[in-house]
Formats: sequence, structure tokens, C-alpha cells
Amino acid sequence: MLTVVDYGMGNLGSIVNMFRKIGVQAVVTAEPAGIERADKLLLPGVGAFDTAMTRIKQQGLLDLLNKKAMVEKVPILGVCLGMQLLTDSSEEGSLPGLGWIPARTLAFKGRLDTGRFKVPHMGWNIVEKHTESPLTAGFGSFEEVRFYFVHSYFVKCDDDRHSILKTTYGFHFDSGVQNGNIFGAQFHPEKSHTFGMRLFRNFARL
Amino acid sequence: MLRTRVIPCLLLNDESLVKTVKFDAYTYIGDPVNTVRIFNELEVDELVFLDITASRQSRRPNFTILEDIANECFMPLAYGGGVCDIEDVGRIFGIGFEKVVINSHAVEAPDFIRRVADKFGSQSVIGSIDARKNLFGRYEVFTHGGTRKVSRNPLEWAQELERLGAGELLLTSMDQDGTWAGFDIKLTASVTSKVQIPVIANGGAGTVRHIVDVVRKGGASAVAVGSMVVFQGKDLGVLVNFPGKKELEDAL
Repeated sequence: MLTVVDYGMGNLGSIVNMFRKIGVQAVVTAEPAGIERADKLLLPGVGAFDTAMTRIKQQGLLDLLNKKAMVEKVPILGVCLGMQLLTDSSEEGSLPGLGWIPARTLAFKGRLDTGRFKVPHMGWNIVEKHTESPLTAGFGSFEEVRFYFVHSYFVKCDDDRHSILKTTYGFHFDSGVQNGNIFGAQFHPEKSHTFGMRLFRNFARL
Repeated sequence: MLRTRVIPCLLLNDESLVKTVKFDAYTYIGDPVNTVRIFNELEVDELVFLDITASRQSRRPNFTILEDIANECFMPLAYGGGVCDIEDVGRIFGIGFEKVVINSHAVEAPDFIRRVADKFGSQSVIGSIDARKNLFGRYEVFTHGGTRKVSRNPLEWAQELERLGAGELLLTSMDQDGTWAGFDIKLTASVTSKVQIPVIANGGAGTVRHIVDVVRKGGASAVAVGSMVVFQGKDLGVLVNFPGKKELEDAL
């Protein structure tokens, strides 16, 4: 069962609604037992990096999530802050991330001309395929694929082969990542109508 | 680059969807959920819902309607109307909306904007200003669905909302609302030139040309549209529609 990890951060209703819309059963749980049974995990998240890592630890989920990711190797999709948690670290906080993808989370501020580019990066923006991934299967090269973004920090992969999607906001950043069974999307598929449905469908089919 | 957002701004009168002319003369549009289903199919960028009678009637947000809407919408959603309680704000976000629009209560208790921004982030707070020109051509600010005049001018109020932590402004010209005559570019430009945060221009959209004008000449970051996406034309019947993607992209 596709399981959305509820660690108290973010908008889980819209995620479940979208899975329902595409005919995929998804459950939301904060319970270790439910996560233990999952054959696919979605890590959502809106808010601050350290708060999220702290909640995951406090709910006793850290070891369990590490086991699901690294030993059982179930497909895991991190969305928005959930994707940033997959990296080693974030300039937003001081706690280490999950470290499932060799990457760092960096601040837009200080790297962008904030007179021209407002932070957070908020709105619809184009994503371009970088490395092939089953998560982006069927994203054509003819059409413009766009998603809804809201974020003040961005992910930079140590190894560019882990970058599956790139987006430009002042400069290129990694808007989609994959390392084996670990996937991340910086944007909000659940708020990106047909494009989001296609991405979620791809994830559900893995 | 980010695209210019063109946002249907849909007016609720509790459980019904309505459209106004100059904040008056309500026309019944239909059932909100059926209407949003159509906007879903049309793949609009974003939707804003404003319950225009909530503050006036001291009603809290109608959470049942908001849930029904969020269950059908797979796009960014904002809600305004009777938002004056921080717990209600949390509930609105929990339902699946990502922004709240705050107007009347911001005037009554400016610190409320700061509290919402501190707790949920500035990106989730839209400060809303309804402005109307008086007989002398001066802009005045109104609250409670345009029924109460307050002693503020739109520019200073916009700057204060920014200072308080609003992440975005919804600037509505009451004179242009529902007229199909184009935006108040002067009002829009006077605010956009003095604040850093994005301004959504509202009131008066009748054509794609109007949208282009308020972006280019008024400096609006985003544009709200009402009548032109719920009526077939001025003085014509209800028809939920949205300009073609190509038409908008070519124009913007």
C-alpha cells in the first residue's frame, strides 16, 4: 500500500485527494506499524528543515524510514521539503538530513538577485528532463511540462546524474532527483493538475 | 522564468457562487463545486475564493464548502472571508488550501497578519485591499465587502501589510469590479511601485488585452479575473470559461 508519512508537517489532504482522483489507494499514517507495512512511501512536507527532522525522530520513525529506504529499498518519493530531507544537509538548519541522496539543500537568498527574483520561488515554472527516470516517463519532449513551486531553498546534487529534472529561476537547480529507489520532487504535484497526476501515476506504477 | 498568473477570483455568498458589479448587484453563478470542476478541466493556474458576505454577517468560513472545493481542485487555492482566527487558518490549510486572504480583520487587528505569517510563513498570507475613488478622485479603503470605509489610503496600507508580513497583496478596484472595462492601472501602479511583494490586480478584467495592460503598465505580478471567466460576455448568461493557454502566452 502506498503510504503517506504523517509527521505533522504539511498538506496531506490534497495529496490523498489526487491519488484518489487517479484511482490509487493511499493511506496517511503516523504509526510505525503502518509505515512498516508500506510497499511505497511518500514523504510530504511544508515548513522548516530542522523541525521536520526533529519530528521524524520524536515520532520514532528515523530508524524505520532508514530501513525502508536502504534495506528494503521500497520506492520513496519526497515532495517539496520532503525532497530536501532526502539530502545530507540544509542551509535552513543545522541537523543532518536523511542522506539518501548525495546532495545539499542551499538557500536562494544570497545566490539570487532578489531584486529581480523574489524569494520564495512561488508559482508555475517549467521543468526539463535531465536524466531519464521512471518517475518522468511519458513527459514528452514536445510539450512544456510545468509544475507549481513554493520554496526558499533548493537542492544541488553532488553528482549531476542524480538530477532528473531541472528548473530555471535565476539559475538552474535540481527540481527532480533520483538515487535508485529514492525519488524527490521540489514542486507540488498535488497542486499541478494533469502534470501532477501523471507524476503520481508513474510513482504508483513503480 | 515564472509565468504571469491569471487567477479566477470566485465569489461565494456562503454556499452559492455569485458575481458582483461594483461590489453590488449579485448575480447567481451556480454551485461552487460544479464550477471548480470546470476550472479543473480548463487547467487554470490558481483559484481564489472570497466569501464576500462572511465578515459583514460575522460568519466564520464555511469549512464544508471549502472541503468540497479542495476535494475537487488540484491547483493552488486561496480563501478569504471571515478569516479572523488563527485556528481557523490552520484548519483552512489542513483542508488543502495554501493561502488565506485577509482584509477586514487586518484593518481591525493588523497584528493578525504578523501572527499568521509567523506561524505559517509569509507565502501563505495574502493581504487584501478594496479601494474606491471618492468624489475628489482620492482612493479610499473599504472593508466588510465594501460596506465600511476606513481611514487608510491604499498605498500606505499596502506598505504596512508588507511590513506586517503579508507575502502577496490582492488589490481590488471597487469601481472597476464587474464592469469589463479594464483594470485601474493608476491604482495598481501606485502600489506596485512602492512594495516589493507581488501584487495581484483585481477588478475590471474584460479581455486578454486588459490583463496585458495591467501587467505591463501597472506592474502587476498576477491578475485576478471574475466576470470574464463566469459569463459569456458583458450582460450575457453564465458560461464558465478561461482564455486559451496559447492566447495568454502569446499576449503575455
